Amino acid sequence: MAIYRMVAESARPGADAFPVFDPHSPYAHSIASLAHGVLYVCLGILLIVTGLVAFSLRRFREKPGNEEGRLIYGNTKLEIGYTAAFVVILGVISIFSLRAMSSSDPQTHLPKNANNVLIVAHQWWWEVHYPASGVVTANEIHIPVHEPLRFGFRSADVIHDFWVPELGRKMDVIPGVENHSWIAADNPGTYYGACAEFCGKEHAWMRIRVIGQSPADFARWQQQQLTVPAPPTAAPAMQGAEYFQMLACPSCHTIGGTPAHGIVGPNLTHVASRETLAAGRLENTPDNLEHWLREPDLIKPGSYMPNLHLPREQLQALTAYLETLK
Amino acid sequence: MSELAVRPATIEDLKEFEGKGTLLSWLSTCDHKQIGILYLITALGFFLVAGCEALVMRLQLAVPNNHLFGPEVYNELFTLHGTTMIFLVVVPTLLGLSVYLVPLMIGARDMAFPRLNALAYWLLLFGGIFLYSSILFGNAPDMGWFSYAPLSEKPYSALGGVDFWALGLFAIGIGTISTGINLIVTVFALRAPGMTMKRLPLFTWMAMVNSFLIVFALPALNAALAMLLIDRGLHARFFTADAGGSPILWQHFFWSFGHPEVYIMVLPAFGIISEVIPVFSRKPIFGYGFVAASTVAIGMLSFAVWAHHMFAVGMGHAMDIFFAFGSMLIAVPTGIKVFNWVFTMWGGSIRYTTAMKFATAFLIEFTIGGLSGVIFAVVPMDWQLTDTYVVVAHIHYVLFGGTMFAVFAGLYYWWPKFTGRLLNERLGAWHFWTTVIGFNATFFVQHMLGIAGMTRRVWTYPNLPGWAVMNMISTIGAFVLGASTFFLLWNFVWSRKNGQVAGNNPWEAWTLEWATSSPPPIYNFAQIPPVHGARPLWDLHHPDKQDRFMDK
Repeated sequence: MAIYRMVAESARPGADAFPVFDPHSPYAHSIASLAHGVLYVCLGILLIVTGLVAFSLRRFREKPGNEEGRLIYGNTKLEIGYTAAFVVILGVISIFSLRAMSSSDPQTHLPKNANNVLIVAHQWWWEVHYPASGVVTANEIHIPVHEPLRFGFRSADVIHDFWVPELGRKMDVIPGVENHSWIAADNPGTYYGACAEFCGKEHAWMRIRVIGQSPADFARWQQQQLTVPAPPTAAPAMQGAEYFQMLACPSCHTIGGTPAHGIVGPNLTHVASRETLAAGRLENTPDNLEHWLREPDLIKPGSYMPNLHLPREQLQALTAYLETLK
Repeated sequence: MSELAVRPATIEDLKEFEGKGTLLSWLSTCDHKQIGILYLITALGFFLVAGCEALVMRLQLAVPNNHLFGPEVYNELFTLHGTTMIFLVVVPTLLGLSVYLVPLMIGARDMAFPRLNALAYWLLLFGGIFLYSSILFGNAPDMGWFSYAPLSEKPYSALGGVDFWALGLFAIGIGTISTGINLIVTVFALRAPGMTMKRLPLFTWMAMVNSFLIVFALPALNAALAMLLIDRGLHARFFTADAGGSPILWQHFFWSFGHPEVYIMVLPAFGIISEVIPVFSRKPIFGYGFVAASTVAIGMLSFAVWAHHMFAVGMGHAMDIFFAFGSMLIAVPTGIKVFNWVFTMWGGSIRYTTAMKFATAFLIEFTIGGLSGVIFAVVPMDWQLTDTYVVVAHIHYVLFGGTMFAVFAGLYYWWPKFTGRLLNERLGAWHFWTTVIGFNATFFVQHMLGIAGMTRRVWTYPNLPGWAVMNMISTIGAFVLGASTFFLLWNFVWSRKNGQVAGNNPWEAWTLEWATSSPPPIYNFAQIPPVHGARPLWDLHHPDKQDRFMDK
């Protein structure tokens, strides 16, 4: 417990050190309160065992003249007693567990296309669709607070797992299967998550941010995402726009309002409005963006973003262009 | 005693014995004791390799955003570490102890099928060497020891690492199944007169139940490995999402082997504890019947728990509840065992030897691992905590704090039988305390890392609150744990030259392996000793008293 507090205090202000025990949604909340109960039961049992072992080691150490222990072969009543105690304890835990299952993971029979958000997992990033509005983004999921949202999950390649501990259960994302889970956020704020199933080289850098917003802020964000950014009018961003179409970029990326319609990598229509690059690897700053374009293979080894070995001038132009895509 | 036992080995005998083992005798042996030692030496070698792999991983994870090496190397390291520890360290160690001890404990002269015994060992060794030869070809497997499809399929793992892995494990699996069959037949057919099933030493009981688990569980893995190889080599689609295959099928096959495998890795360790604690408490085991029966219960239930590895798959609540129920149930016989061991110490006259130190530490470390196991049977908690560092902590508390602590207890206990000399208790104490401190420093903090949101199998991680501190503690602990191994190795080396001559029965133990000389002659017993109870040597020492086990 002391270590728990020490670590919690070393936490950055505003961020939670132990998100599993710091729920911000009704779903995560019912798991966390169950977890507290189970944890105390486990600690109790551990204390009993440790106490009995420590006591025996003190009290029943070999003494001169008393080399042999007592001839006790067992005690059937006692043994049946603790067997029954285990059954009761586990039974009680099971009952609470069943209750928490249905409250943390409601079973609904909505039609397949009734997702509020559709997540498509890729090696190693998240494609995010909002079917109702048509917004498409990546890695950062904006949601309105206080609204139960059904997330649908599909995989473009291998098995991944969507996990944002403060908001609810984790759910595997499996090719050929569409899974669902419910997510909600009690408060505005940023909730950190990650891919939890090993999915190959860059499993480590497949992070998630869920950004809870007030309904008004969310509507504003959605509106902004639906608006296609105006083409740049000044150098060097104008050159950057040309380079983008001329180089290999459009074969993987989409930018709304341009001929670029690639679907292998993230949609870049509003890339400048995101907080991070490369699925949480870097903060999204102009310097980092240029760095990422220059050597993606060093920043995120294994990533499918190729190093095109671009000259400095092209890098700067591309960065200037992408920075206009708010 | 004298009329049945071989003459105790003297220092001259030992000198002769120590000079004797020619290379050819080790390569050609069908003697269960030599094969047992070969298993243990092989496992020790792989233990050092896999331990070094773990230390290198902990170096990479010591600080956030570390670029000591990249994800390619890290993924190969954790795949090899897991595969090696499970298939080439823990299982062979326990098989080696079983193969050495079971014939002695039941008063037999060898295993039922001595040549099959040797074949199984060589399959293990060459399977392991084959697996590691992948490094020479630049293709070490990197998809995890669980090798989930479709990541392990050709489109995502084009190089040969997966094939090396699957073929290596296939060979090892055949060997392990052979030894399972061999042990079952040995226990059923070769018991000395009077050695009824109710008088079997508990280690033998558990080795036998374990063998049944091996015989029923390992074929599922080998079948799945064959299907994976067919997928990869012949373009079948058992485990891909298109053309009727299913990636989830692989998980069912793998874990229907994989969870019994967990018990395969722990039941013989329970057996060790069930021998060591009574001997050093100078008391019979508390509730022999409960301990033996709970082993059978664990064996059966272990086939009804596998999908608790898959609660995050989205199988639906009905499936989740079934497997949660099975996993809760299996905690009952496991809990019974822990309390029976604790009450065996109660009222005893405890000799606090190194073996007993490890056995008592086992009780506490294994309880922590068992309790964190119950947490994963609580489905909603599993939905949060599976695939996080809580699982890493859990498996290491069960397999290191549990199995390896028991194995250390067993090594200090049986080493004199294997070699004729005692290990050094002072070095043993150093080994024990560095192990306990290093182990808990490494793994306890990982429970908290998991709750802090750190997922498993990541080659690096962002600097989130608390993560850097906890990872650094874990890395320091790992190096203390690594250092503890030097005391063990030093003790082995020291004992071979300077260890006190043990005599037949240095611990005044009661099972038959202590009725013969240390090390035992090739024929084990000059005469098969008489068995009238579960503690034959106790009966011999107390001709006037009746062990209550005699009537049963």
